[in-house]
Amino acid sequence: MTVSLDLYSYLKAVNLTIDCFILLKNSESFNMNKNFKIILWLAVALLGATAISVIAFHRGESISAMWFITAAACVYAIAYRFYAAWIAATVLVVDETRATPAERLDNGRDFVPTNKWVVFGHHFAAIAGPGPLVGPTLAAQFGYLPGTLWILIGAVLGGAVQDMVTLFFSTRRNARSLGQMARDEIGPIGGLAAMIGTFLIMIILIAVLGLVVVNAMKHSPWATSTVAATIPIAMLIGFYMRSFRPGRVLEASALGVILLLLAVVGGGWIDHHAGLRILFDHEGLPLAFAVIAYGFAAAVVPVWLLLAPRDYLSTYMKIGTITLLAVAIIILQPHVHMPALTQFTDGTGPIFGGKLFPFVFITIACGAISGFHALIASGTTPKLLGNERDICMIGYGAMLLESFVAIMAMIAATVLEPGVFFAINSPAGVVGKEAIDAIAKINSWGFAVSVEQMNQLAKDMGESTLFARTGGAPSLAVGMASIFGNAFGKGLLALWYHFAIMFEAIFILTTLDAGTRVGRFMLQDMLGNIWPKMGQTSWWPSVFLTSGLVVAGWGYFLYIGVIDPNGGVNILWPLFGIANQMLAAIALCVATGILVKSGKLKYAWITALPLVWLVTITSTAAWQKIFSDDIRVGFFAAANDMSAKLAAGVLPPEKAAVAPQLIFNQNLDAYLTLFFVAVLWIVIFDMLRVIYRYLAGKPLLPLTEIAHERSQLESGTLVEDWVRD
Amino acid sequence: MFTNIKASIKTSIKKIWKNIRRLSGDDAYEQYIQHYAEAHANSEGSAVESNSGPLSREAFFKEWQDKKWKGIKRCC
Repeated sequence: MTVSLDLYSYLKAVNLTIDCFILLKNSESFNMNKNFKIILWLAVALLGATAISVIAFHRGESISAMWFITAAACVYAIAYRFYAAWIAATVLVVDETRATPAERLDNGRDFVPTNKWVVFGHHFAAIAGPGPLVGPTLAAQFGYLPGTLWILIGAVLGGAVQDMVTLFFSTRRNARSLGQMARDEIGPIGGLAAMIGTFLIMIILIAVLGLVVVNAMKHSPWATSTVAATIPIAMLIGFYMRSFRPGRVLEASALGVILLLLAVVGGGWIDHHAGLRILFDHEGLPLAFAVIAYGFAAAVVPVWLLLAPRDYLSTYMKIGTITLLAVAIIILQPHVHMPALTQFTDGTGPIFGGKLFPFVFITIACGAISGFHALIASGTTPKLLGNERDICMIGYGAMLLESFVAIMAMIAATVLEPGVFFAINSPAGVVGKEAIDAIAKINSWGFAVSVEQMNQLAKDMGESTLFARTGGAPSLAVGMASIFGNAFGKGLLALWYHFAIMFEAIFILTTLDAGTRVGRFMLQDMLGNIWPKMGQTSWWPSVFLTSGLVVAGWGYFLYIGVIDPNGGVNILWPLFGIANQMLAAIALCVATGILVKSGKLKYAWITALPLVWLVTITSTAAWQKIFSDDIRVGFFAAANDMSAKLAAGVLPPEKAAVAPQLIFNQNLDAYLTLFFVAVLWIVIFDMLRVIYRYLAGKPLLPLTEIAHERSQLESGTLVEDWVRD
Repeated sequence: MFTNIKASIKTSIKKIWKNIRRLSGDDAYEQYIQHYAEAHANSEGSAVESNSGPLSREAFFKEWQDKKWKGIKRCC
């Protein structure tokens, strides 16, 4: 009997639920239409509750991933149908007769009323980056349970609400950006905080993503050559769309996707070619410098050459691979081997230091709640939105889909044997450089794994080693390769592994390109206030200077991350999480302020509740990162510890050489964290000031909502108009 | 019956294809030309374009792409 007990009980639960409502549907005493719906939703609730309790209370060998999928689907369905619909109808009071900015300001270019599915696609493609893949993988060190629950609860009560209300408020304000809304509704301080927050988060985000790519390419000629090949492929596609066949996006993209797949296969060929493989076999540091040089080049060359074509390719890859992963998980129904909770909830985890609370909530930002989304939901998406009625589906719905991506990443990470998971993700600084030491250490934690097993796995995946491949990408790729391999043919594990690496790398590099460019524009804008010429986006000296500054900013953190023997992710990812949650808190402050000012104090809890939670976790995490005595958590503690060791001369020479830089960096990170929390609290007090003045009846900045104008697009016809013709 | 199904499959494939084109920006130029024709049918239009007619496919695509990447378009 191959069907395991819990899969059996799962099928039984599903069956029972189905039986239940077939029975009830057939019974005559029911008013079919209405009552059937009630029963259906009760059944969904029951199934969801069953799935969550199975996940929460399961303490056995392994658990079917279908429970995760079922729990997620039921939670999302109920939240969307009831909570999101209630917010849209009762709290925001969306008005489908009201003309949106896309209709009123329609210019055929950036303001265009667009079919809701197309807007959904654009919005989802914009919000879903590599974050929801990396965060859950790292957070799996606590076991599968904390991360999974936070992804589900955080998304339905926090992230999706933030995205939806931000989209709504921006739509009512001519598609203004979060920073502009903060300035208009709260005051200049809020606006400045949002801008600085956005800039800094971008720097840290790019650095940590760069580190993820570098760690995936380290000593892997296959991965390095494939990732390198994406650059000329993108440029070729750029030329194609620009000169050869202008604007033929689809045929160019199809060509690009084929070339990318060939690049994955070609990478395998290079890997087996003794002469060529050494060209792509590098340490972390030269790879980091290559990424930095690439980032600078990508920010200064025209968008059509690199950024735009790369974005097309990464979007198709992302949608295709995620769909494939969902299908594979459903076909294969893999088993999760990670325990629900590990001993590392006490803060001793090898991947990053710090207790379950608050660090699981910092580590998983995207997928549960991500402040960055507020930047897309304001400014970008409202310019396409044809009708307010679709705000629920686009704002709330797209975030649920992103949350589902995070759940799949959690599954892909936890289907690995825990011993293998920790062997891949534990930095050499924690478990030791030699394979034997690492295995002994991991075994001492109670996770079975052997050197032979790791060597065989590396061989299967076409890598020289899988020890200490931190950053989350390699372990996710191993997880995805084993899922794909089992579902679609086992012989091609190495190919699947490098496909997964290429898939992660290509959209990490897109985020890197786009982020560096946005950073450059923001910096040019700021400097333009001082010296107007600097603000000209096409003036070369300004382009070079600002691009150089932005690249130097993230390049510095990337460099430190690479030379750090503890893997760098340990420092950078929590910093990124704190920054991202801080931005989310700012967005929720703006939303709460607007709700109160609109006379909706009694409903303000929909944003105030997640805000209070975010402020709690962000402040606690920041406090610990600054003041903790644990050298794996506290920045100052780590800096002081290393200074003392350096002074005592107990550091090995290679560590002593980089120690001064690491000490400086730890101190810098501490001040940066302090700065983030300070910014956050300033915005909170500013928001509370606005609320106080409103309640006390004192004068305050007026609401900047644009007056009602009746929609000329007849309700519901927008979609069909162009689909019919 | 059979032709009915065939026709409905055909229209739904057409719809999906249209959505894909719209989503990817493949039909952005056609959209622009259509909008241009509508906007200029009964008004004088914007100052820049009214004299010179609509942009060429190449010029439009360049502008469209440059504009697209001025703001925050991708996230974590």
